Amino acid sequence: MRFVVRRMGLFFLTLWAALTINFLIPRLMPGNEATAMLSHFKGVNPSALHALEVEFGVNNDQNLLVSYVQYLGNCLTGQFGLDSARVPVMTVILRGLPWTLGLVGVTTVIAFSIGTLLGIVSAWRRGGALDSLLSPLLFILTTFPVFFIALLLLFIFGVVLGWFPLSSNYSVGETPSLSVAFVLDVIGHAILPGVTLVVTAAGGWIYTMRNNMVSTLSEDYVRMARAKGLSPWRIMLDYSARNAILPNLTGFAMQLGFILGGSILVEYTFSYPGLGYLFFTGTTNHDLPLQEALFLFYTLAVLLCVLVADFATAWLDPRTRDA
Amino acid sequence: MPSPILEVRDLCVDYVTNSGDVRAVDHVDLTVEAGEFLAIVGESGCGKSTLLFAIAQLLSPPAEISGGSVIFKGNDMVQLSPSELRHMRWRDYSVVMQSAMNALNPMKSIEAQFKDAMAAHGNMSAEAMRNRSAEVLKLVGVDAVHLRSYPHQLSGGMRQRAMIAMALLFTPDLVIMDEPTSALDVVAQRSLMIQIKELQDRLGFAVIFVTHDMSLVSHYSARLAVMYGGQIAEAARTASLFEKPLHPYSVGLLDAFPSIHGPRRVLTGIPGSPPDLARPPAGCRFQPRCPQAMPECAVRQPGLYSVGDSMVRCLLYEAAQPGRPE
Amino acid sequence: MASPQVFLPGAETQAADQGYRDAVGRLSRAVLRNRKATIGLLLLAIIVLVAAFPGLIAPGDPQAAIYEQQLGPSWSHLLGTTQVGQDVFTQLIWGTRLTLIITVSVGALCTLISVLVGVTAAYVGGVVDGSLSLLTDIFLIIPTLPLLIVLSTYLEGSGTVAIIAVLVVTGWAFGARQLRAQGLSLRTRDFLEAARVRGERRPYIILVEILPNMLSLVVASFLGSAVYTVATAAGLQFLGLGSSNEITWGTMLHFAQQNGAIESGNAFWALAPGAAVALLGTAFALLNYAFDEIANPALRSVRRQRAKSDS
Repeated sequence: MRFVVRRMGLFFLTLWAALTINFLIPRLMPGNEATAMLSHFKGVNPSALHALEVEFGVNNDQNLLVSYVQYLGNCLTGQFGLDSARVPVMTVILRGLPWTLGLVGVTTVIAFSIGTLLGIVSAWRRGGALDSLLSPLLFILTTFPVFFIALLLLFIFGVVLGWFPLSSNYSVGETPSLSVAFVLDVIGHAILPGVTLVVTAAGGWIYTMRNNMVSTLSEDYVRMARAKGLSPWRIMLDYSARNAILPNLTGFAMQLGFILGGSILVEYTFSYPGLGYLFFTGTTNHDLPLQEALFLFYTLAVLLCVLVADFATAWLDPRTRDA
Repeated sequence: MPSPILEVRDLCVDYVTNSGDVRAVDHVDLTVEAGEFLAIVGESGCGKSTLLFAIAQLLSPPAEISGGSVIFKGNDMVQLSPSELRHMRWRDYSVVMQSAMNALNPMKSIEAQFKDAMAAHGNMSAEAMRNRSAEVLKLVGVDAVHLRSYPHQLSGGMRQRAMIAMALLFTPDLVIMDEPTSALDVVAQRSLMIQIKELQDRLGFAVIFVTHDMSLVSHYSARLAVMYGGQIAEAARTASLFEKPLHPYSVGLLDAFPSIHGPRRVLTGIPGSPPDLARPPAGCRFQPRCPQAMPECAVRQPGLYSVGDSMVRCLLYEAAQPGRPE
Repeated sequence: MASPQVFLPGAETQAADQGYRDAVGRLSRAVLRNRKATIGLLLLAIIVLVAAFPGLIAPGDPQAAIYEQQLGPSWSHLLGTTQVGQDVFTQLIWGTRLTLIITVSVGALCTLISVLVGVTAAYVGGVVDGSLSLLTDIFLIIPTLPLLIVLSTYLEGSGTVAIIAVLVVTGWAFGARQLRAQGLSLRTRDFLEAARVRGERRPYIILVEILPNMLSLVVASFLGSAVYTVATAAGLQFLGLGSSNEITWGTMLHFAQQNGAIESGNAFWALAPGAAVALLGTAFALLNYAFDEIANPALRSVRRQRAKSDS
């Protein structure tokens, strides 16, 4: 029970920290970005304008604490102000959310599965063919920046070979529907960005998984499993893999922040209109409300994953249950 | 005379590294009769645990068996295929390790770990497995309610007993034990030893017991093998060895123990330290520390010579009996 | 490790010197023997040379917009030209310096802060440790690029210093956690107890006994920060958050992408700076792995064939 309380505590604390960072930044930063941005919002519905003023501390004679409380309230009810096109930020975010969720969600699952599997196998046959092949490959994949891999894939498979479309999430002029043709079109557009993400995310996971497996394999209870005459599959999965993954589930979840960052760059490279791409357009348009809201969403995503991983660990690892 | 259940001949184990091989076990010969309690003693680093794992075919890289044979119930285990070996594991021989906390999977209940051993070797029903699990736990004095527990929930002594119980699931002919009492306090140690001996008397299995504590096994083992520098220095019946140790190393070991009953005397240790096995000396390995060393001990390696019922690796006894070929 | 301590005045500094000299000597020998380290150092050396003497390789002004626009690669323009007619190859060479400066500055500053926070947390303990650790954890979980983007948007146009500042703010946490962990483990070791019992003062203990042992982790921390910075700084600039009138590999990437370089025939405009970033990152990463292997022999490659075993 104490475990649950502690974890939830960290969750809310970090969330609060992110919200506070968002509140403090406009007030601490040099320059007058915030003022300039807000000057674009003449003639806008007064409550929205007020929300923006509270968030960014412009034209605001209120007590700081009062502003802070109002700001927190606004965030919790989803009022993030308006973007540069006078559209409510929340609406804009909801438009891009499913695309990013789909792209990042699917690729993360694939990357985790591949990464874990390859990590397990290469540690099991340490020094073998897969392991020796994987090491330099992994090195390249984890060191090369995401956007470089994205650009390479775009160039080779999009331009030179022409196998995949070069940008966007579905072909221009198409209307979204659930028809097979449309779905295939979406998938076709998602392949290059998807592969980029899978390749970069899996790299890190293979490396971590392999190292965890290697140290698990040297444990006495694995030797004991051999002594009992259990089949190699049993030993690999039931005694090694499970013990290697579980304590590190949270660590895996924390890599999500890195993957989300990568997804921003990938969406930009492929002009894929998800939340990441909005980050880019937000920059060009000095769209601070949008950016701050996006920052909150990304942080929330990572926090949720870490929380889920923490609870999964607690549920599945008997040692933490009693702690 | 019953033929020995285990015969180790000329066994060599090397640690293979990029900077050369280190021989941790050097041409070891051992025999264990059915139902016999053999203790292997030696200081840290003498190779006794490596020898044990080699016999049990449980070495991990970079350690590998580089020569010799381990004949168990008529089969040379070194030559067996992995699946043949797996067939024999746990049914014919089992292993007990030093620390149950490390040897038991922290994420599986005791019951689950018992079960997967049984499931790997036959078609027992779930009920039969449960009954057998409860039965072996009862043998070691642990209540069956602890089957549901996880290793970290049991006390040290109970964990150790549970591990021994697990080793007896198939009532094997040989149980190999690697310092199973070292992690326990003195009282628990004694109690566990008594338990092991009782079980052995009741179920009739042979035991190879590795330890660094000679006095611990003095009352329980029928025979004792002393290891030094990767070799067997002396192997004899326990009583004979304690009464009249032959090898200067054994003499030194026993001199280090005070006797509760005997006269008080100055305790002597053995000065010096064990040989570096990466660069073993040319002659006898104990020679640098031996109070009875002769000039030729530095240049010639002694073989294992028989003196009555015992075997000694010392040039002092070369003349006494014809020596076995090296 | 260190040579025997002598209780003479002035011997303290001697002992400190000897301790450091031993550590540095050991480190250098290990580095030269390791293949990854050698390649990494070579790459790095080449890049540093290019940064120091760009004029030797690409004479000319990288900003000079005097050529034909958006040309593909040719003999006169190895990597083509930009949308306003600047030579890409010249830009690549001249952009090395600023890229390297940013990388090294952020690496050094991040390491400095990590050491301060991590070591303080480990040795002062108590509430200070609790709060510093909490701060570190928070900064570790918060996703880096989103925060960077928000911060940079406010500072847009403020140039290189701004980028360095925001990268340091988001990058110090990882090293701090590692250094704290190592600090904690060293804290209870016997040789420190021995120093305390001998009556050594705390600053002496920290300088002479503790820091040489942490040296390898500090170096590893710097290298790790460098790897992080190379890619992240370039990523930020790629999105357009760098200063647009200074040339770095990242800003080159931005203009290339904005002008559809890949689709329209001079892909090298985008791929070349991308490859350069990858190479610099690789150099630091190689050094990082090499240091890991030197510090932890268990990780060294298992080159020998696997022994016959039964599973």
